[in-house]
Amino acid sequence: MLIGIPRESKQGETLVAATAKTVTQLTNLGYDVIVESGAGDLADQPDSAFTGLDDAKVRVGTTQEVWAADVVVKVNAPSDEEIGRLRKGATIISMMAPGRSPELLEKLQAQGVTALAMDAVPRISRAQSMDVLSSMANVAGYRAVVEAAHEFGRMFTGQVTAAGKIPPARVFVVGAGVAGLAAIGAASAMGAVVRAFDVRPEVAEQVESMGAQFVHVDMEQEVSSDGYAKEMSAAQVAATAAMYDEEARAADIVITTALIPGRPAPSLLTAETVAGMRNGSVIVDMAAANGGNAAGTVADQKVVTANGVTILGYTDLAGRLAAQTSQLYGTNIVNLLKLLTPEKDGQLGLDFDDVVQRGITVVHNGEGMWPPPAVTVSAAPAAAAAAPAPVKEPKAPMAAGTKVGLVLGGIGLFWLVNALAPTDELRRHFTVLMLSIVIGYYVIGKVAHALHTPLMSVTNAISGVVVVGALLQVPSNDNLVLGLSLVAILLASINVFGGFAVTRRMLSMFSKGA
Amino acid sequence: MDILSITGAAYIVAALLFILSLAGLSKHESAKNGLTFGIVGMAVALVATVAAVIDGSDFVDNRGLVIALMLAAVAVGAAIGLWRAKIVEMTGMPELIAMLHSFVGLAAVAIGWNGHILGSHESMDSLVNIHEAEVAIGIFIGAVTFTGSIVANLKLSAKMKSAPLMLPGKNLINVGSLVLFAILTAVYVSLDTHDNTSADILLGVLTVLALALGWHLVASIGGGDMPVVVSMLNSYSGWAAAASGFLLGNDLLIVTGALVGSSGAYLSYIMCKAMNRSFISVIAGGFGIEAGPAEDKDYGEHREIQADAVAELLSGASSVVITPGYGMAVAQAQYPVADLTAKLRAKGVDVRFGIHPVAGRLPGHMNVLLAEAKLPYDIVLEMDEINDDFGDTDVVLVIGANDTVNPAASEDPSSPIAGMPVLEVWNAKDVIVFKRSMAAGYAGVQNPLFFRENSQMLFGDAKDRVEDIVKALG
Repeated sequence: MLIGIPRESKQGETLVAATAKTVTQLTNLGYDVIVESGAGDLADQPDSAFTGLDDAKVRVGTTQEVWAADVVVKVNAPSDEEIGRLRKGATIISMMAPGRSPELLEKLQAQGVTALAMDAVPRISRAQSMDVLSSMANVAGYRAVVEAAHEFGRMFTGQVTAAGKIPPARVFVVGAGVAGLAAIGAASAMGAVVRAFDVRPEVAEQVESMGAQFVHVDMEQEVSSDGYAKEMSAAQVAATAAMYDEEARAADIVITTALIPGRPAPSLLTAETVAGMRNGSVIVDMAAANGGNAAGTVADQKVVTANGVTILGYTDLAGRLAAQTSQLYGTNIVNLLKLLTPEKDGQLGLDFDDVVQRGITVVHNGEGMWPPPAVTVSAAPAAAAAAPAPVKEPKAPMAAGTKVGLVLGGIGLFWLVNALAPTDELRRHFTVLMLSIVIGYYVIGKVAHALHTPLMSVTNAISGVVVVGALLQVPSNDNLVLGLSLVAILLASINVFGGFAVTRRMLSMFSKGA
Repeated sequence: MDILSITGAAYIVAALLFILSLAGLSKHESAKNGLTFGIVGMAVALVATVAAVIDGSDFVDNRGLVIALMLAAVAVGAAIGLWRAKIVEMTGMPELIAMLHSFVGLAAVAIGWNGHILGSHESMDSLVNIHEAEVAIGIFIGAVTFTGSIVANLKLSAKMKSAPLMLPGKNLINVGSLVLFAILTAVYVSLDTHDNTSADILLGVLTVLALALGWHLVASIGGGDMPVVVSMLNSYSGWAAAASGFLLGNDLLIVTGALVGSSGAYLSYIMCKAMNRSFISVIAGGFGIEAGPAEDKDYGEHREIQADAVAELLSGASSVVITPGYGMAVAQAQYPVADLTAKLRAKGVDVRFGIHPVAGRLPGHMNVLLAEAKLPYDIVLEMDEINDDFGDTDVVLVIGANDTVNPAASEDPSSPIAGMPVLEVWNAKDVIVFKRSMAAGYAGVQNPLFFRENSQMLFGDAKDRVEDIVKALG
């Protein structure tokens, strides 16, 4: 099948859905690839990067040629004009925000194509390798710190110089998703003191592992079951509002990443809070596309408030690192196609029993498939959901009294047996037996575990001492007795000699290291 | 001072030497001395006995021939024993030991039958009865040991399916056999004369019953419990020798049998504790009944890794722990593992081994294999010694182990192996699991370790993969 990589038509888009590296990986899956001329210019992937590859499978072509391909892979959702260029039965793969764009889905259905939405990959561990939202959020979080550092009038890292002391910058990150964690990592790597908050208290550990301090708010909170944060209740909002206000006023840089899927971003930093921040502080509002977390955010704009606070509402943070993001996006695409091309024969197939493949398929041959059945992600403690398993009663250790009782009982039994024994000889045998058992127990009690096998083979050799019994029976005029004795002697001798020899072999192997 | 008193004194010397032998084997430093004590003790016992037999066989018609045959039997047995001991692979040690146990069992059966044929020389009725009871008990223990060891040998050498045999009412069969044995013994003892056919038949039935019980007892124990079974059979073979001692009125047999019997039983008990099993239920073949709850739980996805990536990981590590299991023995991977260890140690990486008490199919099996590959025993540690160190370990290599590193044992109370102490490898930074496929372990339990964030799977034959890593390390 032929995969087409068009040039993105969206205004200001820098990304491309494939790089020279990922195109090679696609050809390894059996596909032919056609890249639109100039598609990767803004992502450091000029046409020459593609023409240098396997000429039989990869070429650079015109818009028409690319859109006539069997599979078209791009970054942004196709425009109306682009949908019109798709041929019936073709497959289009891109981000589509299927939940928020019903008209787009209708048009795709009308065109009779199959549409796979990269931003609808379920958040399960198996699908992480194709989660474009995570890839882009990661880059965006990093870039948010870089943008903030660019606007901020001072250094991030604290120093003591001859010219005086530089305090470290204080960064407050709201939301510890992929973007938030990336921002935390980048900011602390630059030397800032980072504090972070998330409405999901279970991510505190991840926050701390990235080098930030987690800000706790005392309140009850449901545990998320789909991997995304939920909007908080009114009481919780009241409890956290004070915290946001306090933290933001103390911070030099605030990076907000709070998003709730399918809804406007929650308003976290009020106009009052922003007005209370220090002159020169910077807010990077990564939720600007969905309305913003801070009062005064304007999407795609840099705003400076009356009190000198800079609010960055850039929505193209990932696109500002075009080469990196394109590479990650392209790799996500390759991973998806690996899943869809199990035979590596260049034939794309969909298996709707697989929750990942079902989840991303929003239109199948002109038939609407959205929304898919819900997938539960096990970020929540699964134990609570599972039926309570029958818990085994822990075995109570033997009470000291019982132990003493057993020992006394055993001794009593021994006395009884001896008292009843008809001859002194038998009594003597029992005494010998009892003492030997006790000796055996104590001798073995201290054996090193490593020597269990040699010990066993030695005891095995020693138990070959029955050969003595068989030998004693030999002097007899009964041929049957003689025969049986000889068999017993033979067998027991194998034991004696074999057992000792094998133990010797084993012991000679054990050696102490230098 | 006649030959009999000399023999009797020699037996006491032999018994003492055996005790010293077992005591010596409890430490690496003294193990070789212990072995020497054992050999000397056995030599003393044999020479004394042969001398007594030759001296006391005046009444035998073909005295020369009989003595020659006797010595020939010892010589042939010795030759076979030494030959087997020489050629056995260290991985095949469990099978060999199980096989040797069966010989003791069979010898005890033969001695018991001889006791029956020869009859008692006692005049008092009660003493004759005791002799008959000793014959019956000796044959019974010997026969159970014999077939039990045969089955263990077959299971260990994979000539028989290792899954437990599940006959309906198997506990009833076991208890019923014991009751039947008691009845048969009582009837046999109460017979007035014992040199007739009915007594022979009675004892024959008893022997067959014991053989069948031994077979069933071990057949209904799963392969994963084989270490316990082998040491239990070791114990049985001791009791069989002790029973023969009672029959013959020979203190040396009683002492030695009881030593072996009680030490084997204690060893089995230690291992049961290590597996958190009830001693009684393993002996009665009870394990395997409890099935875990719904096993269709979604554990998530496992991650695969390649040998060169493992090599890279290892060369960047400062401390590495290797936890081998039976899979290492099967793949004969101990030599490449030793190479790998030597390479890493030369690079300054701290390499140690963590051995679970029941790793392998015989207690201490892994230690023997590692020793065979010339690994110094002071870097081979027991579970308790190393379990707390996993948190500070960079990389853990799990080679052919499964149930012994299963976090479900400590975290999932509904798991069939719940409560069994395991090597807590998952606390390490990275865990590499060598495995043929994603199949479950001997206990049939899925292992959540494979799906942990810090675990990666290296599929294929353990030996080949370890060799790949050694090659990649250069």
